[in-house]
Amino acid sequence: MVCKNSDSVEKLKAKHVKLLESSFEPKKIHRGYADRSLYVNLTTNEVKVKPISEEMKNKFIGGRGYGMKYLWDAVNPDTRWDSPENEIIIAQGPIGGITQYPGAGKSYVVTISPLTDLPMDSNVGGYFGPLCKFSGFDALEIQGKAKRDVIIFIDGDNNKVSIEEAPEECVNSHILAETLTEMYADSEEDKRNVSVVSAGLAAENSRIGLLNFSYYDLRRKKCKLKQAGRGGIGSVFRNKKIKALVVKKSGVKGDLNNPYDMDTIVKLGVKLHREIYENDKDQCWMRVHGTTQLIDVMTPHDLLPVNNFQYGQHPEALKLGKSSFEKMFDLGKPDGCWYGCTLACAHALKDFEIKTGPYKGQKVFTDGPEYESLAGCGSNCGIFDPVALVETNFYCDTYAIDTISFGTTCAFIMECYERGIINQEITGGLDLRFGNWEAQMELMHQMARGEGFGVVAGQGIRRLKKLFVEKYGVDRAFLEDIGMEMKGLEFSEYITKESLAQQAGYGTANKGPQHDENWLIFMDMIRNQMPTFEDKAEALYYFPLFRTWFSIVGLCKLPWNDIMPADNHLTDEPAKVPEHVDNYVALYTAVTGKDFSKEEMLHQSERVYNLQKVFCLKMGKGLREYDYPPYRSVGPVTVEEYESRKERYDKQLKEKIGVNPEGMTVEDKIQVLRKYREEQYQTLLDAVYKRRGWTRNAIPTLEKLEELGIAYPDVVEVVKRFL
Amino acid sequence: MKIVAAKPELCIGCKACEEACSKVRFKDTASEKSAIRITPRNGEGHDINICNQCGECIDICPVQAIYRNNNDIVMIDKEKCVHCYACVGFCPLLAMRYHKDVVGPFKCISCGACTRACSTGAIFMEEVLS
Repeated sequence: MVCKNSDSVEKLKAKHVKLLESSFEPKKIHRGYADRSLYVNLTTNEVKVKPISEEMKNKFIGGRGYGMKYLWDAVNPDTRWDSPENEIIIAQGPIGGITQYPGAGKSYVVTISPLTDLPMDSNVGGYFGPLCKFSGFDALEIQGKAKRDVIIFIDGDNNKVSIEEAPEECVNSHILAETLTEMYADSEEDKRNVSVVSAGLAAENSRIGLLNFSYYDLRRKKCKLKQAGRGGIGSVFRNKKIKALVVKKSGVKGDLNNPYDMDTIVKLGVKLHREIYENDKDQCWMRVHGTTQLIDVMTPHDLLPVNNFQYGQHPEALKLGKSSFEKMFDLGKPDGCWYGCTLACAHALKDFEIKTGPYKGQKVFTDGPEYESLAGCGSNCGIFDPVALVETNFYCDTYAIDTISFGTTCAFIMECYERGIINQEITGGLDLRFGNWEAQMELMHQMARGEGFGVVAGQGIRRLKKLFVEKYGVDRAFLEDIGMEMKGLEFSEYITKESLAQQAGYGTANKGPQHDENWLIFMDMIRNQMPTFEDKAEALYYFPLFRTWFSIVGLCKLPWNDIMPADNHLTDEPAKVPEHVDNYVALYTAVTGKDFSKEEMLHQSERVYNLQKVFCLKMGKGLREYDYPPYRSVGPVTVEEYESRKERYDKQLKEKIGVNPEGMTVEDKIQVLRKYREEQYQTLLDAVYKRRGWTRNAIPTLEKLEELGIAYPDVVEVVKRFL
Repeated sequence: MKIVAAKPELCIGCKACEEACSKVRFKDTASEKSAIRITPRNGEGHDINICNQCGECIDICPVQAIYRNNNDIVMIDKEKCVHCYACVGFCPLLAMRYHKDVVGPFKCISCGACTRACSTGAIFMEEVLS
């Protein structure tokens, strides 16, 4: 059955049943904060406006910090993703919502993940976060489960929140976002004051569901969608029977954060706008190509995942790159996902004709694929048709599944299929060879319909490995080597074999192997800027904390280093983009009025980062053993992989290990190389944990928790169990 | 449309134009609140910086607050503007202005006050093709 609306918006709205409507006092923002959160319990239909304490604000700052603390307080070690006490928290940060500095519209979503059973965090653009804050709430905290599909509507114009049963609307996001924007806006002009959070059909039947956050494009007169993609948050959302969250707040202006020093914010914003105007076309071309340009960057360096991370290049790879998308994107209009983002990477396509599935034959307006989607669903699955990948991306978004988890899982399945580990009997007839886009799409449509092998695939790689071993008697060791997941989360899309630092960057990431904590490959592998273990450990201390900071204050990371001052290369530490770090320090003070420094920036992040680490321990994971990666991310698993880069590996045997490869079998060479690389990884882990103030078993010490000011009794109690 | 055109070689740097603009717009005499700017050139003479009404800012504005009026002059709708200042950073001539006492960006609206204040004919109204 095709998911579509069978009635007009008015008739759909008439079917809504209001379960609760509650008024709240209006609250003006002061220096970036409303100092309140909105708590909604869907089991009891309860709504509470909760004050946020000074202690909470000073320690956890906002965004992911608030999300982690609320979730910590809400769950127990037995809580799983579908437990009623699990929460979805959407929080902004103090800087979020300013319109002057590019990239200031981010929201951060936190929940217990269905893939990892751990606290997950995912960042997302779109207007929901800022409009929620301007309605008077720094965070939205949702607990419990509804009996039937509901919409939570925050009406910031009339200071009301309601929970409404909404039985009829199609849940797929490209339809639902448009429907609800029209339903809750008073006029065409009012549509930009509405933002919708929604999921889709495949989120209901898988563990890899995502959330779409909408914003209305005034020129194209269409909703665009940004995704909180990682970790299955959309699956939690649909499990709670949330059809959508809707916020409405009109009158957005540049000063709604009521900042301490508007003049400085404007000056910093204008400076960065000008930098983008002058330098983008000499640097990343984000305004034209968005992140698709990364295909062109990764391929020559052997970093683009091909055929389940076996290889880093492919002769057809550049078909997925910037030149294809420059022709397809509808360019020339502001493509920021919040006001004032002139880096404008969120490009879209109009009148794109769908070739498969329930919307076959329809022409749709759709957001363009990002690098991760192209690499994950494309090259990593041996698919190199850019037009096909637009459709894959469209369906992933509207069905609400993470393109990274879907792509990496699909790649794993395809390798298993090609190696004869699984067959058509197991796949239900799907010919899941590398390169078979039609089969990939059918797998996804099955996921949306809740049928067949699609539902099996939607459980993610960790559960597929278990199934293949237990049900079909497959060799566990080989699956552990090639199944690209850690902690239950699928890898994002970079080849890490030649960057030890990035292996550990993925390996030690709290939520699982996602690059938002670390992206050290160029510094490590290309520029050799961190030759010693201590150098790498320092980077693996600094960058995760620096990058965490974006997530607690409400900023996007891209304007940090996807645009740079023209003289950045002349600075002492170009990888840090020192001038932009200075901008952020000044921006924080200008919004909050608080004294600030680069050191305090790291300190703020370190608190949140360590709380998240202890949270992983609380949930029964988080020790060193959970930081061991599949060998595919460390070195060549198979003979074909070794042979494909024989010269490189033979040279390393000779020069780094002191073994003469002459006369050795490839299998022996793989084993020697593996032993060496795995030892290197373990040595690096020791150095990283030491630098982070953790034990050799990856546990934050009590001294570290004291130093950070988070040695609360319940935090200490968790840590003591492991020390 | 009629725009403010300039012959910098005639400018004596008296800044009467800046004062006139600032007075008309903000009842102030501060140069920083003027849409036209006169700066001494290295060597000799002066540079005159003023909007040429090219309209590139129109496409940059995320909320369609910048538009052409009936005379094809580029205007800013204060009601719609969300103060992102993207137009300031993206003006090819750097002729979009901002000031700490003024909410939102501002620009030359081709009113001609500056040209009337100019005693040398260095700035003047000129009819150009839209």
